[in-house]
Amino acid sequence: MSIAVKLDKCTGCETCLTSCPFDAIVMKEGKAFINEYCNYCKTCISVCPEGAIYEVEEISNLKSQISNLKDYRDVLIFAEQREGKVAQVAFELLGVGRRLADELGAKLLAVLLGAGESGAKELIKWGADKVFLCSDAQLQKFNDDPYADVLTKVINEQKPSIVLAGATPIGRSFIPRVAARLRTGLTADCTSLEIDKETKNLLQVRPAFGGNIMATILCPEYRPQMATVRPRVMKRGEYDENRTGEIINLKPDNINSRTKVIDTVKESSGISVNLHEAEIIVAGGRGAGGEKGFKLLEELAQALGGVVGASRAAVDEGWISYSHQVGQTGKTVCPNIYIACGISGAVQHLVGMQSSDIIIAINKNPEAPIFSVATYGIVGDLFEIIPLLTKKVKELRGS
Amino acid sequence: MNIIVCIKQVPDTSEIKINPETNTLMREGVPSIINPFDLHALEAGLQIKERVGGKVIVLTMGPPQAETALREAISMGADEAALLSDRAFAGSDTWATSYTLAQAIRKLGADIIFCGKQAIDGDTAQVGPETAEFLGIPHISYIRKIEEIKDGYIRVQRLMDEGYDVVESSTPVLLTVVKELNQPRMPSLKGKMAAKKAGIKKMGKAEIEADENNIGLKGSPTRVKNIFAPQVKAERKMLAGSPEEQVNLLMEELRKVKCI
Ligand SMILES: Cc1cc2nc3c(=O)[nH]c(=O)nc-3n(C[C@H](O)[C@H](O)[C@H](O)COP(=O)(O)OP(=O)(O)OC[C@H]3O[C@@H](n4cnc5c(N)ncnc54)[C@H](O)[C@@H]3O)c2cc1C
Repeated sequence: MSIAVKLDKCTGCETCLTSCPFDAIVMKEGKAFINEYCNYCKTCISVCPEGAIYEVEEISNLKSQISNLKDYRDVLIFAEQREGKVAQVAFELLGVGRRLADELGAKLLAVLLGAGESGAKELIKWGADKVFLCSDAQLQKFNDDPYADVLTKVINEQKPSIVLAGATPIGRSFIPRVAARLRTGLTADCTSLEIDKETKNLLQVRPAFGGNIMATILCPEYRPQMATVRPRVMKRGEYDENRTGEIINLKPDNINSRTKVIDTVKESSGISVNLHEAEIIVAGGRGAGGEKGFKLLEELAQALGGVVGASRAAVDEGWISYSHQVGQTGKTVCPNIYIACGISGAVQHLVGMQSSDIIIAINKNPEAPIFSVATYGIVGDLFEIIPLLTKKVKELRGS
Repeated sequence: MNIIVCIKQVPDTSEIKINPETNTLMREGVPSIINPFDLHALEAGLQIKERVGGKVIVLTMGPPQAETALREAISMGADEAALLSDRAFAGSDTWATSYTLAQAIRKLGADIIFCGKQAIDGDTAQVGPETAEFLGIPHISYIRKIEEIKDGYIRVQRLMDEGYDVVESSTPVLLTVVKELNQPRMPSLKGKMAAKKAGIKKMGKAEIEADENNIGLKGSPTRVKNIFAPQVKAERKMLAGSPEEQVNLLMEELRKVKCI
């Protein structure tokens, strides 16, 4: 594949040049010229007002790396557990996995390592047809080697067409090893997954460039198509107490690991930071001004029964710890109510919270980009607004 | 101890603006920098060298101008630099990038390899673990502290969702680092002088004996189908009046949608 410019159509307007993420377009004698830094992202094709840029499909002698693409059918999710308990993200993966499997007329498989039968049964009630369970105690703690070994083995035997895992510290660590070993593509941090109606390929949408752009990624010639999915972006599937399925117990001959977890330390910072599960989040940014501002937010969060979040600016200032950070380099959240206080709304922050049901933005600056995603906007001083709001909420709740 | 630090030259994504008419990136005037996480990776490498001896080699795959990133790393204290640059590498996804880096690391030799947690442009965080897999060595992601390091052994703290794990590993090992690990140093005057004079080792596909089928666009299983601007919601309601009135309006709205 390559990208080319029709010189007779190019007017030299430089629109493509300024939009190229890779600095791969230069002007030569008044015409656009694509140089060797091109990454084939096709942004230029979409922005050219003249339709002068096009894709040259080279007939690839490598077509269909896997001669039997069609042998790969099912959808498989990796269900992670912490301390033997299935993590939330697994139910979200079952939600999206079930939909994809139904669309493909395929089965939904799940792999669960280091947990017991009850966890496997839960996965079935949430939508899995088959659960591959390895309850070996050595797998309760996460180590990359054995997780990668067992998952690779199941994939090689089951030949799923799609493999999904959570974009969590665990998934993001060992899933790339599995993809490298299987010689297949892996799309990071997906926010949307759809089946292409014609080709049946998986359309994987993800943010890149710090959330400034969204990209649709394909893995057309290799199988399985692998993706990690951000927690809290997909909705959970439907729970059915009576759903039945099969549990297959895995008994690996030997479990080897070159790394070893010798201790697990939980960090408690006093206030709850379980942003993923919170229904209400009160988040502060640079406008919160300091720890004093965050004290006000905490009071409101407490009155509402919510938790406190923060933008990167506030974390970088040292007003609150990193575990509260929402956004591209922090957590993605999707609460019922997200109250953004003194947060300007850089895209890096927006990607982490814009799927919240209701967004309330409080900011002094009426031009702040946060208002573009807000359900309700208040232009004002949070030091006035928040205490008033806290008071009203307390009155209403009669405490 | 031979330490390799993988660094990537990236556009400073915090400086990127969106053209409101075309809804596309405006890269003009956006500076190229060393991926911020990679500065922490470099600092970690330098500290280990200072403690136990050895040398730090910085390695990057990129266009010829990525040489500036390597020279900047030398000014901070790296001993040697290698630039992987070849037209045939263009269009690499993380699979092909990791294969290529691994081939080069084999040639250079390393006991410890450092990567950043993720690059701020591609944002995948996949290159570190995939590279370790190609090298056939273990890796530990999201390192926030190095507790102990001695011959053939390392013990570190790995950041998890609700705290951290203490993890030990044999070496050689690949580590990806988060910002909490350290504070990167500034370039020294001596370093800046060294950076000007330093020879940069250049490597193409022949030097690393790469398999043609595994590099560049041809070796990459993923394809970018298209790129578009993130959408934003539009049903916003601005609440006007005095602070008191604004708060009352908000409470009313929230009651209407049964949220409070
Ligand atoms: C919009 C867009 C979306 C993309 N999405 C995907 C995707 O989902 N899956 C996929 O496989 N590819 C994807 N790619 C391709 C991917 O960005 C490139 O392969 C890139 O070279 C490496 O990925 P990264 O930037 O995400 O690095 P990361 O994996 O985030 O980088 C982690 C660390 O690896 C090291 N490192 C990374 N690249 C280099 C390098 N060139 N030289 C030296 N060290 C390096 C650094 O230490 C860095 O801190 C995408 C590209 C674009 C343009």
